[in-house]
Amino acid sequence: MKQDIILAGVGGQGILSIAFVLDIAALREGLQFKQAEVHGMAQRGGAVQSHLRLADDKIYSDLIPRGQADIILGVEPLETIRYLDYLHPQGIIVSSRNPYINIPDYPPLEKILATISQFPRVKLIDSLSLARQAGSLLTQNMVLLGAASPYLIIGEIHLKEAINQLFAAKGEGIVAMNIKAFELGREIVGQDD
Amino acid sequence: MKKDVLLGDEAVALAAFQAGLTAAFSYPGTPASEIMEYLIRLARSEGGFKAAWCVNEKVAYEEALGVSFAGQRALVSMKHVGLNVAADPFMNSALTKIIGGLVVVVADDPSMHSSQNEQDSRYYAHFARIFCLEPSNHQETYEMTRQAFDLSEKYHLPVLLRLVTRLSHSRSEVISRDKRAPNPLQRGEWSDWTLLPANARRRFTELLNIQKDLLEESERSPFNRLSLSSSNSRLGIIASGIGYNYVLENINSLDHQPSVLKISTYPLPFNLIRQLVEAVEEILIVEEGYPFIEERLRGLFGLPGKKIRGKLSGDLPLTGELTPDTVRTALGLEPFSHHELKDKHLASRPPQLCQGCPHHDTFIALKEVLKDYPQATVFSDIGCYTLGALPPLSAIDTCVCMGASVSMAKGGAEAGIFPSIAVIGDSTFTHSGMTPLLDAATANVNMTVIIVDNAVVAMTGGQPTYATGDRLVQICAGLGVAKEHIRQIVPLPKNKEKNMAVMREEIEYPGTSVIISTRECIQEVKKRAKRR
Ligand SMILES: Cc1ncc(C[n+]2csc(CCOP(=O)(O)OP(=O)(O)O)c2C)c(N)n1
Ligand code: SF4
Repeated sequence: MKQDIILAGVGGQGILSIAFVLDIAALREGLQFKQAEVHGMAQRGGAVQSHLRLADDKIYSDLIPRGQADIILGVEPLETIRYLDYLHPQGIIVSSRNPYINIPDYPPLEKILATISQFPRVKLIDSLSLARQAGSLLTQNMVLLGAASPYLIIGEIHLKEAINQLFAAKGEGIVAMNIKAFELGREIVGQDD
Repeated sequence: MKKDVLLGDEAVALAAFQAGLTAAFSYPGTPASEIMEYLIRLARSEGGFKAAWCVNEKVAYEEALGVSFAGQRALVSMKHVGLNVAADPFMNSALTKIIGGLVVVVADDPSMHSSQNEQDSRYYAHFARIFCLEPSNHQETYEMTRQAFDLSEKYHLPVLLRLVTRLSHSRSEVISRDKRAPNPLQRGEWSDWTLLPANARRRFTELLNIQKDLLEESERSPFNRLSLSSSNSRLGIIASGIGYNYVLENINSLDHQPSVLKISTYPLPFNLIRQLVEAVEEILIVEEGYPFIEERLRGLFGLPGKKIRGKLSGDLPLTGELTPDTVRTALGLEPFSHHELKDKHLASRPPQLCQGCPHHDTFIALKEVLKDYPQATVFSDIGCYTLGALPPLSAIDTCVCMGASVSMAKGGAEAGIFPSIAVIGDSTFTHSGMTPLLDAATANVNMTVIIVDNAVVAMTGGQPTYATGDRLVQICAGLGVAKEHIRQIVPLPKNKEKNMAVMREEIEYPGTSVIISTRECIQEVKKRAKRR
């Protein structure tokens, strides 16, 4: 059993928080994992990406080969399409449909969404309004993690425990808000495939 | 035994602590910074050792060397280019008689994710003729760091541990062991540590004599592994460091398992390599960084009757980091089927100065002033302000290495450039900008240094800086810059006109002037607000 996940987004969108939750949850699930992340230069409003590999057996490469990602989890649609070459032909895309525009040549959004939609298994999420509903726009990352959660080889309980662990130091209110965001994302995709 | 989830960098830190560390020193630099960050946290929570940021890598190295002279264990960590700065103590410490284990951790950055170059630190270990360890995964990183201290004490030499970005910044599980006690104080001998020619010649001979022992150590290292295949006498693979992972990732797709030699220690294990070479017709070398092993295996004339493949043959790219895909192709396997990105020129999202960054305001004012000077040249340096190179600011002309802005501005001015401006951050200034300013001020060269002082080492994640505000004024005055030409400004939109006037005045002053532009980094302001 293995699962390879590409996490993508813009510096500041909480990509590494998603990675942290997945790492902790994977441990609780008894899985091995390797997670390569980008630090430094790329974090200042630039593109951020992380390769996360889960397995019940030894994992060798820290990087996912092209065409082998089971899931692309994108917190921003332009960042999602940057890594489409990593997607397995049967892989699934869980992506925000809300652009983060901090560059002058941001392509037309319809074009980006159309590119994503041509893949067979796609969940485009209005993460912005769900995050707003959860109580803070900063929870978009947890909305998307929730939306991806039905497809993960990690149980919901372990994911929620890990979210708890990540935000515990910031107080109960913050934990509750992030759990709420996670649940909203999970509900919206349903269990349809 | 305990299990932790750690970055590769953090595995080094934990292992060093548990190996009985007395002190660790570093200067920030991606991808090595997390080693010291973790050590500082450990020193706070566990105590019993010192962990400190230093003013630059040379100083960090020499402080570690002092600890070793006192018989105790020391770690010094840095990014690859940091070793250029520390190269002098590094090369010379190989001639001293190390007492307390001295481990030099250098994190290389193939693909230049956050660096000016992708130099390969294995050449440095070779150059100094010391032992080098190159882990391939997290657990090995932990084990090798612990062993590095033992090897250093056994051979009385510094030991270099080479990391690369993908290991430094990858997270996985690490099982750790008990901590041992630090060494007691024991001073080195005069004759082993005073490198006067008579002593140095004797010590160098000693270093040369010990090479055969290092080689033997490497031959029997448990971190090297040779598996000879009975079913494939054609292909043999030599894989080092994380290159080994990419080989294992793909090797099961081959019809016949090739022979594989994993190399993790240097000097290169000669006999293991010979066994592999004798068993096969063709050797593929998979190594992260420069073709270090491949160059040695080829020599000048190659290996008669054997085909050697790797980076020099074009089977793997000579630049950038390895990937599971490039190694797959080199193994002769078809790539996995994947979607081809149609839009190769997808709008890129480069890093940018944050909204409200003080550097932005300094650059806006400077650019406007320099409009009146067609020859104006802004020699710049390394830090967040280097992002001022990108549009829409496009405000700097150079960025080479730490401190070069000030020295290049002096050279440029002497060659006739006017105005010759240096733009340098507070941390970069104390790292290597002070000495060239002493040079410039002594000759009173016609140039203006702008210290963009955001009171922190921002680029690498907010480490503490050594001098900000008035302290910088004192330093510049001490270096000989005329007091009335050390000016302080606050880079804010509302001060733009005032700041431009100061810049004009100092540019027009025909000697060495300094403008210290001080306002705290926005990210630090935010962090402080959060803590409150
Ligand atoms: C020799 C060397 N050491 C370390 C680095 C990594 N590095 C790049 S920028 C930087 C810090 C710059 O700090 P500062 O000059 O204060 O500028 P800021 O980023 O705060 O604007 C460091 C440590 C490097 N490139 N070269
Ligand atoms: S981190 Fe600080 S110095 Fe760097 S760009 Fe942001 S505000 Fe400017």
